[in-house]
Amino acid sequence: MKKTSLSLLKKLFPVALATSLTFSAAAADTVKVGVLHSLSGTMAISETSLKDVLLFTFDEINKGGGIKVGGKNYLIEPVVVDPASDWPLFAEKAEQLLVKDKVAVIFGCWTSVSRKFVLPVVERNNGLLFYPVQYEGEELSQNIFYTAEAVNQQAIPPVDYMLAEGKKKFYLLGSDYVYPRTTNKILKQYLKMKGIPDSDIVEIYTPFGHQDYQTIVAAIKAFAAGGKACVISTLNGDTNIPFFKEFANAGLTSENCPVVSFSISEDEFRGLPAKELAGHLGCWTYFMSLKTPENDKFVKDFLAWVKDPKVTGVDFKVTGVDPKGRVTCSPMNLSRIGVNLWKQAAEKADSFEVDKVRAALIGQKFKGPAGEVTMQENHHLVNNVFIGETLPSGQFKVIKTFNAVAGEPFSEKFLK
Amino acid sequence: MTQSFPKREFLIVGILAAIVLVVLPCLNAFTPPESAFHVSTFSLSLYGKYLTYAILALGINLLWGYTGILSLGQCLFFSLGGYALGMHLMLMIGRLGQYKADIPDFMVFLEFPAKYPETGGLPPHWIPFKSFWFAALMVVVVPAVVAYIFGWLAFRSRIKGVYFSILSQALTYAACLMFFRNDFTFGGNNGLTDFKTILGYDINSPGVKRALYLCSGGLLLLTYLFCRWLTSTKYGLIQRAIRDSENRVLFSGYATANFKLFVFVLAAIISGVGGALFVPQVSAINPSEMTPAKSLEAVVWVAVGGRGNMLGPIIGAVGINAFKSYATHAFAEQWPYIIGFLFIFVTLFMPKGIIGLPEQFRTIKRRIQQRNKSVDTPAESAVATTSEGVAK
Repeated sequence: MKKTSLSLLKKLFPVALATSLTFSAAAADTVKVGVLHSLSGTMAISETSLKDVLLFTFDEINKGGGIKVGGKNYLIEPVVVDPASDWPLFAEKAEQLLVKDKVAVIFGCWTSVSRKFVLPVVERNNGLLFYPVQYEGEELSQNIFYTAEAVNQQAIPPVDYMLAEGKKKFYLLGSDYVYPRTTNKILKQYLKMKGIPDSDIVEIYTPFGHQDYQTIVAAIKAFAAGGKACVISTLNGDTNIPFFKEFANAGLTSENCPVVSFSISEDEFRGLPAKELAGHLGCWTYFMSLKTPENDKFVKDFLAWVKDPKVTGVDFKVTGVDPKGRVTCSPMNLSRIGVNLWKQAAEKADSFEVDKVRAALIGQKFKGPAGEVTMQENHHLVNNVFIGETLPSGQFKVIKTFNAVAGEPFSEKFLK
Repeated sequence: MTQSFPKREFLIVGILAAIVLVVLPCLNAFTPPESAFHVSTFSLSLYGKYLTYAILALGINLLWGYTGILSLGQCLFFSLGGYALGMHLMLMIGRLGQYKADIPDFMVFLEFPAKYPETGGLPPHWIPFKSFWFAALMVVVVPAVVAYIFGWLAFRSRIKGVYFSILSQALTYAACLMFFRNDFTFGGNNGLTDFKTILGYDINSPGVKRALYLCSGGLLLLTYLFCRWLTSTKYGLIQRAIRDSENRVLFSGYATANFKLFVFVLAAIISGVGGALFVPQVSAINPSEMTPAKSLEAVVWVAVGGRGNMLGPIIGAVGINAFKSYATHAFAEQWPYIIGFLFIFVTLFMPKGIIGLPEQFRTIKRRIQQRNKSVDTPAESAVATTSEGVAK
């Protein structure tokens, strides 16, 4: 019964709003945009940064006059929800954003499982989701745009690099979930194609939150004894600390057995001691240390924004932004690129309708902090890929660049 | 007082049941979407989810509120029921998955066809789940068997109180870790998701959503009536006696372990059925439903609603989850503080939960009145309060 009075209120409200708007400025047209990142629970530590960078990007766009559609300037009005690292809640919140708030687009999700829960929701409501975090591929939804690095953009390039450095033995170590499993499966096939025999490839998984890496490190030491070995790590989160500590204790270094980690970016070093990882490698489509005018501006503006966070032009109060020790990282850059690509596509389509925006997104280009990206027909980006060496400061020094690598979600297409 | 209580309770239940089972679905089905009275399919499905949580809460209440067994692992049975039906739904996807294969997607990328070549990649224990009725049977059987084995070991060894709580928590955590493993053949961390059809109907169509909602509501009502009946029988009396003083019951010649085992298995079945209805409405299940935190949360619903009473847990489960849905949207940043404060407040100041509030107020009122009228004859004031209480 409460519901009816509520919807009645909602029915009356637009009238009141509309009348009040006629008196205020003409530029008050807004478009609602959903932000679906966990702000509490286990994933909050990673996902809050993405919420921050999204709000920052909305502020950037609003300051620049918003989005021009149908001869009007629309300002972005964020709708921030908290799916609380709870997967069914991700599905519920996504549906709420699409059905109740009627948002034009959703930016969100970090873990693959959250995306898997949201996928049926955006498909059945014909919504639009931008997904910004490196993932395992093997998925292509008409309603999702993956600005994230696909496996061939993050895993294959460092393996090529290692092969070029003369490495002959590969130890594939990961946390036991779908992203490491799929990545390693693809890498194994790829290494075999490159002539590495089965006996020189080891594949090991440890559970989430695993602490005891003594046995595994001992095995790695034996494996690396002959030289020419490296470790490809898809270990997640804080299990990296005991692993790298044990690794150093065993006398292994980036010299005699380098480790390439796929899940550690600058933002993770806010919680991990970087000096334990110094010298080891990372691979992303963006590093904070990149020297381009676009990146200088992005970093400078973002660091200024966190001190005084707001979204210009709309009635939205930004809370919960931590101003201390902030960095930028690849998922953050890809979130921002997603917003900009969507803006450009909406302007090109001259509409916020999902079907029209989707069509306009294909072929959309954006000159981002790490160079130009292009949205392909397969909903993945063409992006530059960088291999970086970890510095004790928690930054990466770029040691190798692969230009314009086209993201491909299905491994059978690039394993030829 | 005790005589008139059930009548009033059944009146309340009747009204609630009419709203849940008749009014809301009708508003969803027969009003146009632009009407102010329209209930969207999304809302209905969301309420359906709360109702399945309420079924789980009833199971916990039967255990905790009536028998004094605090199990912190009830979500394990909820998930097992969910997985049983989820497996069937997963197999019904057929070739509509990403790989257009006969087996579920995760089996393709885990290379099951190479592991189980004789069945085309399907692990042998998945095969019978092609039948809906087998899956439906397993929804009841699997939680019951797990509960029976665990309960038999625990109660036979006279494990009770906090030790039982810890063990039950360990059980669900162990299961959670096991299900997380991809080798365990239940989809690992991603779990089971992206279902397409149920009994041949499109699982996302409004009609099926409404039917699932009605099933949840109907099952909740049946569970409620069953629990209400069970606790009013002689068996229920023994149940409460065990809660209040197990040793006395034991020395009176009752095998309390068997009684406890029975109620533990029963609660597991109730939870399993709740889980089986949860999965098609949420469209997914994953091992995080088995984390101890989830089971703790469910216990909190019961505590907030009011245990030892059949309506309280329903109010707690629906109320808290509805509030959570609202608050994670309206106060995305602050909601954990609000809900945390609420939990602390309830535990400290409302020992009987929301359902116990009127009684709590009556007691406070009586105390104040007695203090004021201490000069008057005590008999008179007592009559006055009761009549006032009834009038309310």
